[in-house]
Amino acid sequence: MASEIEIVPAIATRREDAVSGLKGLISKGLGWARKYSLFQYPFVTACCGMEYMTVAASRYDLDRFGAALPRFSPRQADLLMVVGTVNCKQAPILRRIYEQMADPKWVVAFGVCASSGGFYDNYATVQGIDRIIPVDVYIPGCPPRPEQVLDGIMLLQQRIQDQAHHLTEARQPLPPLPGGEPAGG
Amino acid sequence: MSKAVIDALVARFPGVVTDAYEGVGGDDCAFVAKDRIAEVCRFLRDDPNLRFNMAPYVTAVDYLGQEARFEVVYNLLSTAAGGRIRLRVKVPEQDCVVPSVTSVWRGADWFERYCFDMYGIRFTGHPDLRRLLMYDEFVGHPLRKDYPLRGRQPLVPEREVEDVFRGPGPATRD
Repeated sequence: MASEIEIVPAIATRREDAVSGLKGLISKGLGWARKYSLFQYPFVTACCGMEYMTVAASRYDLDRFGAALPRFSPRQADLLMVVGTVNCKQAPILRRIYEQMADPKWVVAFGVCASSGGFYDNYATVQGIDRIIPVDVYIPGCPPRPEQVLDGIMLLQQRIQDQAHHLTEARQPLPPLPGGEPAGG
Repeated sequence: MSKAVIDALVARFPGVVTDAYEGVGGDDCAFVAKDRIAEVCRFLRDDPNLRFNMAPYVTAVDYLGQEARFEVVYNLLSTAAGGRIRLRVKVPEQDCVVPSVTSVWRGADWFERYCFDMYGIRFTGHPDLRRLLMYDEFVGHPLRKDYPLRGRQPLVPEREVEDVFRGPGPATRD
């Protein structure tokens, strides 16, 4: 992969060059480690869940991409897969689960309902989970084929590799809750 | 079978059970006066020849613009004697209150809560008349014909998103 073999200075005469070169190496190493150890939390609400089971099972085998283990606690996961329709009643739950996940974390909108509300353009359905939480990869389809999901996972891995990683992460603040209490404490 | 049921009902409740007809699918239907529906249902359940021991579906319809705006529909089933019957109760908008049949069939509980949630029809004598599907903060009744189709009432503040067709904008615009 091109981003992994970028040239770093072997001999640095200035402190800034040495520090930034070291930080780049750390970032690439962390990115490489993180993209192959995606612990996913499946937030399965609807019929896309059947397709999620298919893609997680042996025939399509998410394990090849290091995303093998679904963790059923958001505190142990770093990839939130929102699989299915999210309605207005569930939006606070989804947001709370996202806030419980430790940084760094990524979100995949699995299927057209999670991405945009799908054909549920009515009084009850959130028109895409990006209205609630930030999303990294959108996978279209009703439901998506397993190949599409694998493609989405590979896109996410590329994104993780290319983004900047730090040994300590700064938190991304969310907008405050209606009660005035700051989100996520 | 159900023709005999309708005849028995009309004979037992003259002026209360009216306008009997054979509906789609062959079930016999009749209109029932609103105040007497619980009484009619109790008779249907307890009469030894009829024994309508189930209410598989109780729902409501909004006929916006008609004289009696709402209608509560009781689909009844007799597993003991066989046969189905459908009772329709006209409910005017000004007097949106119907006697509950939860004392007759315990299973009508959630159906009546559903009708209250979606249409705003209140049932007197219901043990726990709360919303069934929507959240408590929701204002209005979404299956009424005059409720806006996209009348979403979000519980959490929504982020601004970029719409690929219409560009960026507040999430609440549609």
